[in-house]
Amino acid sequence: MARLIKTEKEVEGRYEETWVVVEEDVLDQWPAGPLTVVGRDAERKDGLERARGEAPYTADLTFPGMLHAAVLRSPYARANVKRLDLEPARRAPGVRAVVGPGDVHVLTDEPRYPGQPVAAVAADTFRQAREAVRLIEVEWEELEPLLDPDEAVARGELVEEPRRYERGDLERGLAEADVVVEAEYRTQTLLHNCMETHQSICRWRGEGKLDVFISTQFIWGVRERVASQLGLNPDDVRVVCEFMGGGFGSKNGPGDYTYIGAELAKRTGRPVKCALTRREENLATGNRNATIQRLVAGAKADGTLTALGGEYVNAVGWSGFSPMTGGPMQYLYACDNVRVVEQGAKLNTPPNAAFRAPGFVEGTFGLECLLDELAARLDLDPLELRRRNHLDADPEGRSYSSKNLLECYRLADKHWQRRDEVRARSEGSWKRGIGLASQVWFGGGGPPSYAWVRVGADGRAVVVTAMQDIGTGTRTAMAQIAAEELGLPLDRVEVTLGDSARGPYASISAGSSTVPSMGPAVRSAAADAARQILEIAAQRYDKEQRVLSLKNGHVVAEDGGSWPLGSVCELLGDGQILGTGARGPNPTGMRVLTFGVQVAEVAVDVETGEVRVERVAAIHDVGRIVNPLGARSQVEGGIVQAIGHTLSEERLIDPETGTVLTQTLDAYRMPTIADIPEIVTEFVDEPDTHLTNLGSKGLGEPPIIPTAAAIANAIRDATGADVRSVPVTREEMLRALRERVGALTA
Amino acid sequence: MTTELTVNGQTYASRAEVGATLLETLRGELGLTGTKIACGEGHCGACTVLLGGVPVLSCITLVHTVGDREVTTIEGLRDHPLVHSFVRADALQCGFCTPGQIVSAAALVEAVPEPSRDEIRHHMAGNICRCGAYPRIEEAILTWRD
Repeated sequence: MARLIKTEKEVEGRYEETWVVVEEDVLDQWPAGPLTVVGRDAERKDGLERARGEAPYTADLTFPGMLHAAVLRSPYARANVKRLDLEPARRAPGVRAVVGPGDVHVLTDEPRYPGQPVAAVAADTFRQAREAVRLIEVEWEELEPLLDPDEAVARGELVEEPRRYERGDLERGLAEADVVVEAEYRTQTLLHNCMETHQSICRWRGEGKLDVFISTQFIWGVRERVASQLGLNPDDVRVVCEFMGGGFGSKNGPGDYTYIGAELAKRTGRPVKCALTRREENLATGNRNATIQRLVAGAKADGTLTALGGEYVNAVGWSGFSPMTGGPMQYLYACDNVRVVEQGAKLNTPPNAAFRAPGFVEGTFGLECLLDELAARLDLDPLELRRRNHLDADPEGRSYSSKNLLECYRLADKHWQRRDEVRARSEGSWKRGIGLASQVWFGGGGPPSYAWVRVGADGRAVVVTAMQDIGTGTRTAMAQIAAEELGLPLDRVEVTLGDSARGPYASISAGSSTVPSMGPAVRSAAADAARQILEIAAQRYDKEQRVLSLKNGHVVAEDGGSWPLGSVCELLGDGQILGTGARGPNPTGMRVLTFGVQVAEVAVDVETGEVRVERVAAIHDVGRIVNPLGARSQVEGGIVQAIGHTLSEERLIDPETGTVLTQTLDAYRMPTIADIPEIVTEFVDEPDTHLTNLGSKGLGEPPIIPTAAAIANAIRDATGADVRSVPVTREEMLRALRERVGALTA
Repeated sequence: MTTELTVNGQTYASRAEVGATLLETLRGELGLTGTKIACGEGHCGACTVLLGGVPVLSCITLVHTVGDREVTTIEGLRDHPLVHSFVRADALQCGFCTPGQIVSAAALVEAVPEPSRDEIRHHMAGNICRCGAYPRIEEAILTWRD
């Protein structure tokens, strides 16, 4: 029966209460551990297509008559357009339409960040469009940009109201402490740099019907926002994304380029592709904002935390959102007195966007480094300090749906015990050490999400749902879940996704929510199909339905008898069995979180400041693991990105003008295969018995969260130096080493 | 004016304008979209193809400099054992860089059939994978003949 309930929805740490209609979640969870298909390694269903270059990404799509768009973007951080002449562009070869401020709501003559769109051209080829953009005549009035986040906060220039969180009394907690440590940490601005740049193709049909082919993490979100902005019926907007080349949080919405493309397509009556170049990608598609974190911690001599305080400044940019940088301080440790204040500075820099665990990546760096500085002052083992401050119950009085952080610590112990051996391998100027950091994050997903399962006369099943696979292996995980429920081998289940016109509503692929949101809906649809198959089999073989089940591609009777599924399904002829399923509600009044710990081993050359990460052991608790092979890949990928975040990546701007200096991939330095340490992955793999019919949480984000702090703590272990700013470039490493020497000789 | 190109054993008469890149010609004119564009200025390796067996960045190779050298793209390597070893080892996530990775790796194993980890890391360092599939890419190349 459909029920109307009020539920808490959480995406990337932002909670909202909404009414949702949900189906009853009646299926019992499967037993823990590997099953027949679920819980076992599975190769990607679409691996061959992707590897052979056959998979059609948005970048590969082309339509008859399709035009290409190019965008004029502000070269200045803050400027006014005094005069704009689009005529030279209109007269350029191949040009079919030109739009400027007033024509599309995202085009402006008052740009407030570098890269903000001002005008756009559609032409027969991309080269022609780009050449025409160069011909546009602009007279700019340059204005003084606001670039300093502290100054913005002082002037009250914020993107939203500050977030404050408080429990207990911070001052009292500090007064009760035997030891107090205080430090300022800084994290840099980071760029997503998805390999496929942001892009879409807009194509109008009939009267007021729009097709949007787009590289996106949220088909239904694009549909909703485009329909709302353009005043269309949502069902008249079809959004398609069959394959996409990475998002990491930056592709959750339609983006400026889709609105620009839609207008140019309307004016020309032709499909228009608006694809960003790499340089535009690094200007105008979002970023992980820089942070300043002023932190304090107090503890008793035995390590009991008495106070945690954090004043966080998020350098958000011209718009965007102020992430929960203080989230880890709020959620990770038992401490009676906690105060968090987060301010989101509004600056003349490109807007931020969610980037894989926004806020928690940055906040965990600060908090977990501070914990190690505290451990050093207390002369306590860092792992023991974390154990002693384990949070057994949520401070707001909610129980955890499941929490196995202590088990993560237990599994981490053998990696932590390598400490003496690693240190002993220090040699000459190369010092070695080990550090660890804990992880907390959301990742429970939520309703609504729907799936259909179709079974034909050939005894094969197809999962149909309008979700997207952003490269995380969603097709594979969903096929595994359906195969398990239907008792079919994996190669007899396919998944059709990626088209809002060809399947029901599906969750965003962000906030580590795909598996926990979609998986239960797919299982419930498969169970509905299985029930119908058994009803037919009961009649076909004159059995009671309750003695029948589906196993290994057969209908099996408890009281003897086994028939290939095909022999039942062949009765269908052209008929089909259609199962439907919905995601049930999240457990009422419970906190659904993911947990983990990582142990990093580093080598530091104290003469040159070079840092090498040699080994990372990652232990994560995300409930049931559906595909261990894909899950290990997720963890490794998160750690690889985190190593880039920690050691080499940084978006640099000119401190005077605000111009983005790192627009190319030689300037913005991402990790290569040569930078990768040994990575060891372990999962607790205990289903969350309170969460859905699956017991799985999300894994996309947890592995990127603790790595930076684990590396920084390993650097301290190796050298005694406190690195408090990422990236830990050679300059920062040498600065920290000099400070250490200064402190020792003072 | 047309230019003759040999791609994956097939001959094409290209009408590419002077200044067109090999990548634009392959993707736009020939419809071989397996070769990807990710940066367009020679920094990431996603557009890697073989030119006379040598890996080159097709986004910064002018099509008129190709001459009579045979071009091999991912479409010409669709049955290469590396394709299967990449899938087996889960050496791809979003898959956008993967054709370029496999083309680069094909040149490596052609020259060094049993590459060491160091040789793989040296040879493959020009192919960026933002999803971070590197540990699996290394494994896929180590096990390409299994």
